[in-house]
Amino acid sequence: MSKRIDVKDLNVYYGKFLAVEDVNINIDAKSVTAFIGPSGCGKSTFLRTLNRMHEVIPGARVEGEVLLDGDNLYGPGVDPVTVRSQIGMVFQRPNPFPTMSIRDNVLAGVKLNNKKISKGEADVLVERSLQGANLWNEVKDRLSKPGSGLSGGQQQRLCIARAIAVEPQVILMDEPCSALDPISTLAIEDLINELKDQYTVVIVTHNMQQAARVSDKTAFFNIAGTGKPGKLIEFGDTPTIFSNPTEKATEDYVSGRFG
Amino acid sequence: MTTTSLTKSRGAGHTGDKVFSAATLAAGCLILAVLFGVALFLVVQAIPALVAPADQIQGGEGFFTYIWPLVIGTLIAAVIALVIATPLAIGVALFISHFAPRNLASGLGYVVDLLAAIPSVVYGAWGVAFLAKEISPSYDWLAKNMGWLPIFQGPASATGKTILTAGIVLAVMVLPIITSLTREIFLQTPKLHEEAALALGATRWEMIRMTVLPFGRPGIISAVMLGLGRALGETMAVALVLSSGALTASLIQTGNQTIAAEIALNFPEASGLKVNTLIAAGLVLFVITLGVNVIARGIISRHKEFSGAN
Repeated sequence: MSKRIDVKDLNVYYGKFLAVEDVNINIDAKSVTAFIGPSGCGKSTFLRTLNRMHEVIPGARVEGEVLLDGDNLYGPGVDPVTVRSQIGMVFQRPNPFPTMSIRDNVLAGVKLNNKKISKGEADVLVERSLQGANLWNEVKDRLSKPGSGLSGGQQQRLCIARAIAVEPQVILMDEPCSALDPISTLAIEDLINELKDQYTVVIVTHNMQQAARVSDKTAFFNIAGTGKPGKLIEFGDTPTIFSNPTEKATEDYVSGRFG
Repeated sequence: MTTTSLTKSRGAGHTGDKVFSAATLAAGCLILAVLFGVALFLVVQAIPALVAPADQIQGGEGFFTYIWPLVIGTLIAAVIALVIATPLAIGVALFISHFAPRNLASGLGYVVDLLAAIPSVVYGAWGVAFLAKEISPSYDWLAKNMGWLPIFQGPASATGKTILTAGIVLAVMVLPIITSLTREIFLQTPKLHEEAALALGATRWEMIRMTVLPFGRPGIISAVMLGLGRALGETMAVALVLSSGALTASLIQTGNQTIAAEIALNFPEASGLKVNTLIAAGLVLFVITLGVNVIARGIISRHKEFSGAN
């Protein structure tokens, strides 16, 4: 139930502005890949092109190919709605739907496209998804309460439960812990480790220790200066990137000499 | 270097604070005083009509018999207006906030705001001079084909000056109010939640149903209530458009009257107890509006937990 992603010669534009230039990267199925780099280097922008979420911003477009097990996400006739149902996303700030209960939040994606689901099936799915997000024990007695009443870390795990309830091929995470305290962060990191048994996980993070802890492979993005496009500088096994990088810029960044 | 002590403070800043706080307090008290004053005036002036013997009230059968057809007429006109205007307004607001290209959206928003600025007498004139004439053939059609429904019972008014026409004119008048308020509310839906819905694979319409509409629900209700307030109290347009008469179930016959139009049409020539009767009618309208607002507040606060405000 998880697929690999291969990106070929990808350029991302906002209008005429080239935001990310010429990215080639191969992301293995059932692995955790971390994107690191200084602010504004285009790693979040690039992440959002992997499920066509960047298109929400008017004028955003890409050139190149993103292949999900060989199928181009940007091929003719491909519906971004279908792409997003296969490639889920967790955002920087926890965003459970405030107008829905915890249970309805988990089922939100499943009920799309007028899909009908029996109460029994829904119960099973809610429990399985919340178990999968390590949240079941904390919320099982208050499933009908609003999701916005949970703590930040719980809300973020609820968002992960909501994402895995639709059984995507890939889960993208855009700095999922940056608004959380260290204990909640640890809970999410543990969860990411479990998720990779079933899903392909791609995570953007500002926290290099986090990248080192959770990821199998790490990609370092950098930017030459303001107004210049972001580029993928180096991509490799996480231990190699952190202890023995090929590029000088990567070494400077991971050792804290720059950035 | 001068030493500053913690007990010393900048006097000017505090004066500003005090003036501002006094000004807001005064404004808050003033609105309450005005409301109370109006209510007091209505009650005091209405009492003679409420306690007067039945045969001295217009119609000769007491105040209650006089007022209830007007209450029903007022509610009918307002309900027609809201039934037509609410879905249309929400549709237009969603189009402006989420579907239209940006250039078109701002132009359209401006036009809608402009509609709200047209005085009601102009709407009334348009209703009586244009709409009533143009719409009367369709009333004939309704009477012929849907006449078995009491509300469309024939014979249809030949002039088209009916409560349905008045309701349609009111709908046009409240449309810009509901549209511009709901548009502002829809625009305030957090991007975060819209993106959450889209990232789950929602289409644009599903995203709107999952985030924009539930998030805007209290605002939609408030906007509709403001529209209802205008529809209930609208005087000039109804007075011009409606050829008033006794209470009838049929919306396409001449008849029915609203409280506001009744007051406006009769007040200039009224004297003595007649004035008190009309003011008492005004009091009834005041109570209806108050009741509607209380109900609306109740609906909004019942869903507070899920409102997204926490």
